[in-house]
Amino acid sequence: METVIEVKNLDLVYGDFLVMRGLNFNVKKGEIFVIMGGSGCGKSTLLKTMIGLNPPQKGKILYSGLSFWDEDEQARQDIMRRFGVLYQGGALWSSLTLGENVALPLQLYSSLSALQIQDVVLLKLGLVGLGGYADFYPAELSGGMRKRAGLARAIALDPDVIFFDEPSAGLDPLSAKMLDDLILELRDDLGATIVVVTHELASIFTVGDNAMLLDADTKTAIAQGAPKDLLANSKDPRVVKFLTRGEKQGAGK
Amino acid sequence: MSSGKLTFDYLESKILQLKLSGDWQLSAGLPSADEVLAQLDSHAGITGVSFVASQDFKWDSAFISFLFKLRSISKERNIRFTVLGLPPQIEKLLKLSPAQAEKIIPHKTVEEPFLDSIGSRVIGVKNTTLSVLSFLGDIVLAFKRFICGKAFFRKDDFLAIVQRCGADALGLVSLISILVGMILAFIGAIQLKMFGAQIYIADIVGIAMVRVMGAIMTAILMSGRTGASFAAELGIMQANEEIDALKTLGVSPAEFLIMPRVLALVIMMPLLTIYANLMGIAGGFIISTGVLGLNPVEYFNHTITAVKLNNLWLGLIQGFVFGIIIAVSGCYRGMQCERSSTGIGEATTSAVVTAITAIVIATAIITFVCQIIGV
Repeated sequence: METVIEVKNLDLVYGDFLVMRGLNFNVKKGEIFVIMGGSGCGKSTLLKTMIGLNPPQKGKILYSGLSFWDEDEQARQDIMRRFGVLYQGGALWSSLTLGENVALPLQLYSSLSALQIQDVVLLKLGLVGLGGYADFYPAELSGGMRKRAGLARAIALDPDVIFFDEPSAGLDPLSAKMLDDLILELRDDLGATIVVVTHELASIFTVGDNAMLLDADTKTAIAQGAPKDLLANSKDPRVVKFLTRGEKQGAGK
Repeated sequence: MSSGKLTFDYLESKILQLKLSGDWQLSAGLPSADEVLAQLDSHAGITGVSFVASQDFKWDSAFISFLFKLRSISKERNIRFTVLGLPPQIEKLLKLSPAQAEKIIPHKTVEEPFLDSIGSRVIGVKNTTLSVLSFLGDIVLAFKRFICGKAFFRKDDFLAIVQRCGADALGLVSLISILVGMILAFIGAIQLKMFGAQIYIADIVGIAMVRVMGAIMTAILMSGRTGASFAAELGIMQANEEIDALKTLGVSPAEFLIMPRVLALVIMMPLLTIYANLMGIAGGFIISTGVLGLNPVEYFNHTITAVKLNNLWLGLIQGFVFGIIIAVSGCYRGMQCERSSTGIGEATTSAVVTAITAIVIATAIITFVCQIIGV
């Protein structure tokens, strides 16, 4: 399978602190890759570096062979247009309605007419189960609905790669399950490559084709593989402890 | 002080038994281990400490902290410490306590040497200067794209900001300007009455309002009102990752968020200044004719004669400059905001302080320049 994202010897800093060092991983086309780890281990910092918000201290991120941080601003913008990002809280622009939020990327980067954009907006909102909410403002919605609306905006331009930052955070189990199902549908129906940052075990085992576990103590990735394989075969007590919430071997070590 | 009762007994002269009764809860005060310490000091050869609790014994974390102290003392003196006579939950909590205590990481408060701290501050000033210049550069580039018709921002957002900076501020500007005009008239009247020249109140109020007071008062109001609101809006957008979402979409925040705000305030500030001038003159007129008994027509004519066109231009230029200062301060502080509620509070405060300081400095510079060129 074609490699869409290649990360090589990546060192990350948050402010003056080294967060992660020597990260190496690949994300294949059409797979759901989960970046997992405890709170504060650097998952979100890694995501921000991957989506172009924080430059890395060292190393490379290649998108279909193009070294993202070595490109000039314009080329980076072109690569970023292939991304869709769902932020932790949805990050909807609060002064715009849901419809306007989803329409904005289309107005910017498509040559569709206003009527065509309206149709696409309704389609995308419908895909996430918010068909009738185009005229609502983000403040009028629940947390789960805001996340789904954020997802509708993230997929507005049919991106090649969709990034999810803690998709289940702050959601009730049913809303979290609904979002996990949406992630699977996006992979299956749109063929998107998906990168999910999360520490929610239920989501990790439901959606993850492949995963990487970050460890705050060693500042490295300590495991890579399918989540179920890691659970079944990993001998590393830290991995087992994380994947079983400390209930199996390795707990307390 | 704890209202719990503590009595002592000695088992085979070697075990100190603590008999507990009454209230050993936080609400009754933290118990002291001094009494136990005194017992241990006065009886040599104690090898163990044990407990017996009565029926009315009530406890909470205050008692656990008491036990924690006793356990440390026992450890130091090599005395066996057992809580067998106490409720089983206490043993569990006591087991947790040392584990938690070991996890406390001392907060590093390294005092920076004097020269290092000066160096850090100089570097801080340099970084802030570079960051402000970079921010101004982004705004200039956004305006360049705007002039070329390439800037991306929503007209509806721009018009809403214009409405908020302009029409919505009229009430407050009216009130303050009228009051300033009235105050100027009263102050002028006290001095001019001594020379029988009260009619010159019209000159004082007119020139002071149009030349400087209208612009400054409007600017100070708008710093607190609109500048703070810009900082809070952008700060919250920063905290909610809305600005990150714009960046990943390839939209420049300078174009989409900052330029409409700067543009709206730069357009509205001179207009508000003209309005404040009129309101201030009206305030002076009300006091002069209604309270001080001056002739309305004469007052009006004197105002027209005294206020020259160059005064009006000067006021308008100041309004324009203050508009830039307020908008840039508010937007800069908002964009630099930390992602926390404290950060948003600090951003709004510092937006107002920065704007007012810059307004006073700008007024001093403009006045000095006008003095030199004779305007």
